[in-house]
Amino acid sequence: MSTTTAPRAIDFTAPTPVRRWLRDLPLLPLLILLPFALAATFAPFIAPYDPTEPVPGAKVFAPPYWMEDGSAATLLGTDFQSRDLLSRLIYGARVSLIVGLMGTVVAGSLGTAFGILSGYIGGWVDQCIMRLTDAWLALPALVFAIFLATVVGPSMWNIVIILGLVYWTRYARVIRGEVLSLREREFVQLAEIAGASRLRVIVRHILPNVLNTTMVLASLTIGVVIIAEASLSFLGVGVPPPEPAWGLMLSEARSTLMAGKWWLTVFPGACILLVVLATQLLGDWLRIRLDPQQRNL
Amino acid sequence: MRQFIIRRTCYSIITLFILSLTIFAVVRLTGDPATLMAEPGARAEDLARVRAQWGLDRSWPVQYYQFVQNILSGNLGISFNYRMPVSELYFERLPNSLQLALAATLLSFLIGIPAGLLSAVRVDGVWDQTGKVVALLGLSIPGFWLGLVLILIFSVYLEWLPTGGKGDWRNLLMPALALGWYFAASLLRLTRSSMLEVMRSEYIKLARLKGLPGYVVIAKHGFKNALVPVLTLAGVNLVVMVNAAVIIEVVFAWPGIGRLLFEGIFQRDFPLVQGIVVLAGVMIVFVNLLIDILYAYIDPRIRLTR
Amino acid sequence: MSAPLLEVRGLKTYYFTFGGSRVVKAVEDVSITLREGETLGLVGESGCGKTTTCLSIVGLLPSAARVVGGEIRLAGTDLAQKSAREMRRLRGSTIAMILQDPMASLNPLFSIYTQVAEPAYYHLGIRSRSLRRRVEELLRAVRIPSPAMRMRGYPHQMSGGMRQRIVGAIALAGGPKLIIADEPTTNLDVTIQAQYLDLLMDIQEETGVALIFVTHNLGIVAKMCNQMAVMYAGRIVEMGAVRDLFGAPRHPYTRALLGSMAKLGSKEPLYAIPGQPPDLAHPPPGCAFHPRCSDALPRCATQDPDEVQCGLNWTARCWLAA
Repeated sequence: MSTTTAPRAIDFTAPTPVRRWLRDLPLLPLLILLPFALAATFAPFIAPYDPTEPVPGAKVFAPPYWMEDGSAATLLGTDFQSRDLLSRLIYGARVSLIVGLMGTVVAGSLGTAFGILSGYIGGWVDQCIMRLTDAWLALPALVFAIFLATVVGPSMWNIVIILGLVYWTRYARVIRGEVLSLREREFVQLAEIAGASRLRVIVRHILPNVLNTTMVLASLTIGVVIIAEASLSFLGVGVPPPEPAWGLMLSEARSTLMAGKWWLTVFPGACILLVVLATQLLGDWLRIRLDPQQRNL
Repeated sequence: MRQFIIRRTCYSIITLFILSLTIFAVVRLTGDPATLMAEPGARAEDLARVRAQWGLDRSWPVQYYQFVQNILSGNLGISFNYRMPVSELYFERLPNSLQLALAATLLSFLIGIPAGLLSAVRVDGVWDQTGKVVALLGLSIPGFWLGLVLILIFSVYLEWLPTGGKGDWRNLLMPALALGWYFAASLLRLTRSSMLEVMRSEYIKLARLKGLPGYVVIAKHGFKNALVPVLTLAGVNLVVMVNAAVIIEVVFAWPGIGRLLFEGIFQRDFPLVQGIVVLAGVMIVFVNLLIDILYAYIDPRIRLTR
Repeated sequence: MSAPLLEVRGLKTYYFTFGGSRVVKAVEDVSITLREGETLGLVGESGCGKTTTCLSIVGLLPSAARVVGGEIRLAGTDLAQKSAREMRRLRGSTIAMILQDPMASLNPLFSIYTQVAEPAYYHLGIRSRSLRRRVEELLRAVRIPSPAMRMRGYPHQMSGGMRQRIVGAIALAGGPKLIIADEPTTNLDVTIQAQYLDLLMDIQEETGVALIFVTHNLGIVAKMCNQMAVMYAGRIVEMGAVRDLFGAPRHPYTRALLGSMAKLGSKEPLYAIPGQPPDLAHPPPGCAFHPRCSDALPRCATQDPDEVQCGLNWTARCWLAA
């Protein structure tokens, strides 16, 4: 006789809606992002010192407080101008998060708009937009961004716009694909038959359906934008001083690396890593949440 | 196949056209191009001279025509700093960037593809979970920070590897790792999902139904189909890497194109910057075209139709 | 009367989903007997367990499914007891299977020759020139014109009917005693279907292979099969000679299926069976068909009927037939 396993017929009961919603929350990424978001919003109230001024009485290159020579007054150490690292990191969160977020918003809006136009209107509008995205996607994002930054000169808003211009093409392609398939769906065709103008169809029917994809894409690529901003700052074409930016801090720390002042390199980079990691996890969660069939990755 | 090649080449030409137009327009739309084309600290008469020299007072279509002509004849301007033609500088440094990119690609292949395949074959196992974490980290760690940390560990503390410059394999290892890390993570993800999709296909089912040994099903039928999208990505990425390794080259003082670009920015050497961007774009479009043609040749579905 | 080639007794295959908390009873107590050269038609609606039964026989269930009971005897040995490696040797050689979608079944990157040759290469150990000859023979047997030229081609260059014939050639390549065909003609044009069925019947005559033909089309069953098994909700509700079942079906479901076939030239309205097939994770008590049965007795709602012998080699699972 072959194996006989008594099947367990346990029923799958769903917990009450609120508990389930709470349980589904992506705790880890939110926990990681919270301190950074707080830092970015309330920097002047949270940071112990002014990030651009040397801390009175502190040494130059003081290490973090748990090492010898460190002091509890400057928890994470000081840099070559005896400015407090922790304060600079907190203020740096502002730049990175704001630029990252705004850049993504610009890129996402542009990309979604063009994607919808391209997919819905079709014809030569579609061709033009597609050729444009092809061309701009051919150039490496960083190189393109560097070029634009060199030409227009760096400033916070310039960087936001530049990042938006460089990254919208990724959205456009994906959204266009979505719109192409949406266009054939019945509710869109019904609206068209009912005589709705193109604009109305787009706003009422296509846009809401496409926003899901935009959001997922945005949360997955905001990390790229943040790293791009850090890279630009590192190379000296990002947000200009005196605003501290994590990338800029890394660039300043380079010369001190050989002298073993590791905290100036490790902490800013770790901040970037944590924020990007959290957004990636958030993006994954969002994607699975909004489209359960997409469990591939 | 021939039609495919012709069509694809036309697309490339259009892309190049748009790219050149973009670069051309950006420079002229955002201020006075003469200030960019003149050396830093130029006075009014210098600006006028530059304007005349580069034809910046002529109408835009004429300027654009001149621009394209220059590019086609290989004249991308003279670098302020080096006093050499930009194209010469570019191609002089190109082999270095190529070497770095190749090393990085090789490393990422060695790490990413087997890990991805193993993850797919043993889905949800220990290996898969580790792989997912590694992939996530790979996509989140900024490459240049990884480079800095590697220097910290291996050059400053352990003193095993040199901090930068070009030399033997020891100089190549860390930058290649820092450059290839992100790509290894992408490869892992892509290989894994591609392989999973292939394993679910009907022809794999039939291969099993034929009673073929497990390794044949996976290796022969599975890998080959799964690697198709992976290799396309790889080919495209290599070219991008060559031209976009700016930061890694800066961190490791690697004498490649990226470092050249950085110097250009730092020294306000605009002809150098513009020239590199143009050349990067041209090279990438050109290589993409070659890869697509190569791919068309390999895939029998395209090769054997008109 | 020779010993049966295939004897399935009391096969139970369940799917364990959601980490084991949800059990779908896809195949519940299925018994089949098949002799050499016979054709069994396995009929039923989508989701009734036909494909799962076939996959259980072949040993290629998805990871969420398991055979939890019963035995599958092929020429005497119980397949459910065999190791994975032994099953693999049987697959493609002694037992072959034809799937529904010919385009998806063939690997787009390999030539026809490679794909047809594989079973012969791995199971029969044939090499080089003899292998080439064998592939040509096989392609000829499935009536592909100019086989020597065709085998160098690729799947995308062939029409749907040709592809399905190639899949047939692959099935024959290892010299099988049993071929399981899972709805092989569903994706083909109607005109090609008839040709394909003729081809299968001719192959059967020439090689004496036994055939299990899974379909939901009773017309095909009438043409091709000598035995028929009707499946519903994972059980075989009636099984016997095609002649008997078509003539005087004992189970209400069989009757309903036959009644829902359109007869050419008849003006009777098409009869559709009301209701839906049951959820196999939570099957209703009693007979699985009783909610939709127009002749249900009170005991049908509480007691699952046993198999009733209605004649030689004819069983029905119904209280009405008792």
